[in-house]
Amino acid sequence: MRDLGAESTQSSAAIQAEAETGSGASYSALSQIGYYLLHERMLSIGLFMLIALLALWLIGGQIVDPKNADPISGPQTAGPQSKYWLGTDFNGRQILPLMVHGAPLTLRIGLYAGVFGLGIGILLGFLGGYMRGPVDAFIRIISDVFITIPSLAVLVVVASTIKESSGLSVNMMGLIVASLSWMWPTRVIRAQVLSMRESNYVEVARLNGMGDLEIIFRELMPNLFPFLAASFVGAMASGILAAVGLEALGLGPQHEPTLGMTIYWSLYYGAVISNWWWWYGPPILLVAWIFISLYLIAAGLDKWANPRLRQSL
Amino acid sequence: MSITYIAARIGMFLLVVWLATTVIFFLPRIASDRNPVRERLVMMAATGNLATGMEKVVEAYEQEYGLDQPLYLQYIRYLSSLVRGDLNYSLINYPTRVWDMIVQRMPYTLGLVGISVLTAFALGSLSGATLAWPGAPRWLKGALPIFLTLSPIPYFMLAIMLMFLFAVRHQWQPEWWPLLPLAGATSVTTVYDGWSMDRILDTIHHSILPAMSIILSQIGFWALGMRGMMVTTQGEDYVTLAQMRGLKPSRVFSLYGMRNATLPQLTSLALAMSLIFSGVILVEVIYRYPGMGTLLYNAIAGFDYFVIYGVVFVLIVMVAASTFILDIVYPFIDPRVRRAA
Repeated sequence: MRDLGAESTQSSAAIQAEAETGSGASYSALSQIGYYLLHERMLSIGLFMLIALLALWLIGGQIVDPKNADPISGPQTAGPQSKYWLGTDFNGRQILPLMVHGAPLTLRIGLYAGVFGLGIGILLGFLGGYMRGPVDAFIRIISDVFITIPSLAVLVVVASTIKESSGLSVNMMGLIVASLSWMWPTRVIRAQVLSMRESNYVEVARLNGMGDLEIIFRELMPNLFPFLAASFVGAMASGILAAVGLEALGLGPQHEPTLGMTIYWSLYYGAVISNWWWWYGPPILLVAWIFISLYLIAAGLDKWANPRLRQSL
Repeated sequence: MSITYIAARIGMFLLVVWLATTVIFFLPRIASDRNPVRERLVMMAATGNLATGMEKVVEAYEQEYGLDQPLYLQYIRYLSSLVRGDLNYSLINYPTRVWDMIVQRMPYTLGLVGISVLTAFALGSLSGATLAWPGAPRWLKGALPIFLTLSPIPYFMLAIMLMFLFAVRHQWQPEWWPLLPLAGATSVTTVYDGWSMDRILDTIHHSILPAMSIILSQIGFWALGMRGMMVTTQGEDYVTLAQMRGLKPSRVFSLYGMRNATLPQLTSLALAMSLIFSGVILVEVIYRYPGMGTLLYNAIAGFDYFVIYGVVFVLIVMVAASTFILDIVYPFIDPRVRRAA
């Protein structure tokens, strides 16, 4: 963002000083993150849970043969035993490899929603909060309206059309749920930008001759970090929620074993009535694990962002 | 409450419904260049699966959604049929109108949503408020983390867990362990003729587990929000003043504390309605509860296109309507909004 024109001929000392404050700011931001990780129990427990899941996947990927997640790699609906640790399903898939294979697929869908939701949220939030006026009014009304619309309903229509015409894949699922993950990030970021742009340090930066983009990237973004992170996690959670919901309705990727699809198939074959608990139990616990960890991370970030919440929570 | 306030809310309601129906019209057409409904109809016709008289549906479909017409004309026809309340016919149960199928299922969904939201909101808010006030019972403090842990789990997964615990017989369950119905809204063995007392009791008996899975997941959410608000309220001058005036603690708690702290909760409730309805739809699927969710599930399984669209449309209207109702209730609780409105 730096000008390469006339202004770059200014004294190099000024640039030097600027670079120093820049690195100073990022250092303090890092130490701040470290501080909160140590002192914010919810944030650290949530992150720990997520990391544990990733570790399980990495280690599991080493010891488990992915072929064992395929049908007829074991007997039909066998309970947990020494050979098949978590048993097998109706089609002879082994549950443990199925989980090791399926959990990252579900997380990937969440990642799509998080990245897309945060991206659009930053774009619209800054556009509205910074430009104000009719642009902002439009963005505010649109995001409010879309929050009221039940996204599952909209996604059902889209997913059922695609399923009928070309079949669904995990990536397509990710894109579908990502398309409705931007409302809350937009709302949160817009509100923060609106209040921050009136703050003293932005005023000072403007008086110092900083351009709009420079203010956004150097002044607003670092202060927004906890909100951005919380929005990302929130969009991820809502994306996974929408995906499992669609999968429970039979609108998931039929040929890929996401956690939601494993639950769907277990219900489809009446696993609860037949008491094949080892089939639907692990995916449900894993999904619950993911949601609880994302919830803790988001709540911890919220507390970080709003110090006032710290007393009440 | 002024006319402009109500008019603005009605305007918002119409905007939400219009925008949502517009999105569900255009998004599938952008997402896929094929027309699965037409293919389905052609396939049904080719295999001789068409019920008598169904040619009329195909014809009507060609007319209303025909690909030969420009998109904007299709869109206008689609909107005008929705305004007239015409949701077309079911493809699988041909002579049945989609609207009639939905009307039959609607009371179950609305009942489940209504009862569980009211119970969870009341219980959660009350316990959250108590927790913020001095002298909260210890068991309540101990229960909160449990409910908070349950709150991020999707309702339908809690539904499966409850089903495992309370609807299926296991060896580890003691003699007295209560078992509740596994599926449906009435016993399979009994056929009811109209609504009798027995049928109502039977329906309630079948609704306990579906309702519980929604309530258990929500209590923590409402308790947390209410506790946060009550802590803020507690520090307000008017509460201190009320206490100094020597008002009864129960009066300060309910009228000075809870009434003010409830307002943001109602805002959250309005924002949560879409998630609640979606969640209830899925819980119905798990328990084969005869509401709109099970209707939707069956429609998806058979790609009964008009039923899918109908359920989705009615769902959108119901969520928008519940938000509208909460908006109208709000000024009655908050005099500031009433005066401003």
